[in-house]
Amino acid sequence: MSATTQQISAPSPGIVLRLKRYMLRHPGVARLGVVLLLFVAWEIAARWFVDPMFLAPPSKVLFAFDDVLATRGVPAALRLTFFELAIAFSIAVVIGVVVGLAVGLSKFGNRSFMPIILLLYGIPQITILPIFILYFGIGAASKIAFGVTHGMFPIMMAVVAGVQNIKPILMVSARSMGASRWQILRYVIYPHMIPSFFSGMRLGMTGVLLGVLLAELYVSTAGIGYFTSVFTQNFDPTKLLGLVAMLAAMAIVLNEVVRRAEVHFARWRD
Amino acid sequence: MSAPRDRFKGGLASRLVQVGFLVAISVLWYLATTRWGVNKLLLPNPLNVWDQLVDVIAKGEYLNDLRITLTELAFAFAISMVSGTLIGFAISRSPYFTKVFEPLFAGIYSIPIILFLPLYVLFFGLGPASKIALGTTISFFPVVLSTIAGFSNVDRVLVTAAKSMGASDYQLFRYVLVPAALPVILTGLRMGFTVALLSIIGSETIASLGGLGHRIVNLAENMDMARMFAYIVFAIAIAAFLNTTVSVLEARGKRQR
Repeated sequence: MSATTQQISAPSPGIVLRLKRYMLRHPGVARLGVVLLLFVAWEIAARWFVDPMFLAPPSKVLFAFDDVLATRGVPAALRLTFFELAIAFSIAVVIGVVVGLAVGLSKFGNRSFMPIILLLYGIPQITILPIFILYFGIGAASKIAFGVTHGMFPIMMAVVAGVQNIKPILMVSARSMGASRWQILRYVIYPHMIPSFFSGMRLGMTGVLLGVLLAELYVSTAGIGYFTSVFTQNFDPTKLLGLVAMLAAMAIVLNEVVRRAEVHFARWRD
Repeated sequence: MSAPRDRFKGGLASRLVQVGFLVAISVLWYLATTRWGVNKLLLPNPLNVWDQLVDVIAKGEYLNDLRITLTELAFAFAISMVSGTLIGFAISRSPYFTKVFEPLFAGIYSIPIILFLPLYVLFFGLGPASKIALGTTISFFPVVLSTIAGFSNVDRVLVTAAKSMGASDYQLFRYVLVPAALPVILTGLRMGFTVALLSIIGSETIASLGGLGHRIVNLAENMDMARMFAYIVFAIAIAAFLNTTVSVLEARGKRQR
């Protein structure tokens, strides 16, 4: 009796063991397994344990992407949000670099204005969101403005830090060899700033995403914030989850683009 | 001899610039409301705002909102602190688990989690529960990531030395691992606290029944600008006080080592 059981179950530990060994050698695969397990748990919970008014299983959400995109106004809202993010990020980068250079390049500017920048950066901006809506209206302008103020400070601080990390000897020798201001900016400051500039861009992107999405969720007439509140009020978790998943994907892609750029441009130093 | 004096003069000039900046903003604000006729609905008179602030504090009207916000913050931070450090410690014990889970957490951390607020509201309702849940989720990640980083970067030599001197598991934990990992964990806890506070005020602003964020929105909707500005100043002061307290605690915790 026991012999047959052993014979029958003999191949299975072999597979388990091999799987275990494979997982041990490939942590990435195991990570994927963890994510899959979470999705399975979610599927089971949503199918059998939770009121469908509040949670939809991931399989349904996946097939509802078409539905979400077919909802009138949603593609336009996604485009609008992307547009707000892009504009806000560009403005934040320009302001961040200009102010960062102006403050970072002079000792006096740095000592005088850095504490002010830190003070402003320390203010929890979410408390002044209603003022932004008041000044810029409930359209795209307030989202862009709120994204800019969230994104520009990290960029500023990264640029200031980058400029300060340039060895003084490089500046002095460039100047003593007769480099003009523009040449110093182009050939000394610019290449040294690149790595910290891109890490500032990454932090700035995080800030812009936060600012724009906060303002969108707070009040919106045509953006994704409008549709999240519609889907919430209609108790339509399938569409809500679908929309949130799309936005999360957008955020991940944007973050990843900036992160890749950072890795790419930071290489020359090594 | 002249170098320190120059530096002192430079420092003084910088202070002057900073004070001048603040004074200029206040004066411009005052002139804009009294002389240049900026609409009161856009920018209230700073003196009115001050009166309202005094009134809010004297009447104790803020107490209920502050209590709600602080309770939500306390619950959210307590949950994420305990779960983040425990889970982080458990994961850091095995380099393999670190490799599996650390990139996963870092990946989720890079998504703006505020996106999930509508889901939380749908699930937990408009009350404090959804704020606590969101604050916990958002502050969990810096805590768990810094705990993993802190414990997995402990110098191998220290661990080997302690073991070879016959330290028990508890002694190893208490006298080697915790002191070595503590600075990184404290930084993570401070970051977690800051983002928990931000996300709780944020979610109160977006959808809620009470709290400081809710009060500000309520006043904005009633166009009661002076009082809204007063509450904004109050909320910023509270946030600054809490963040400073946490930073001081962090610095003290790091020094005690």
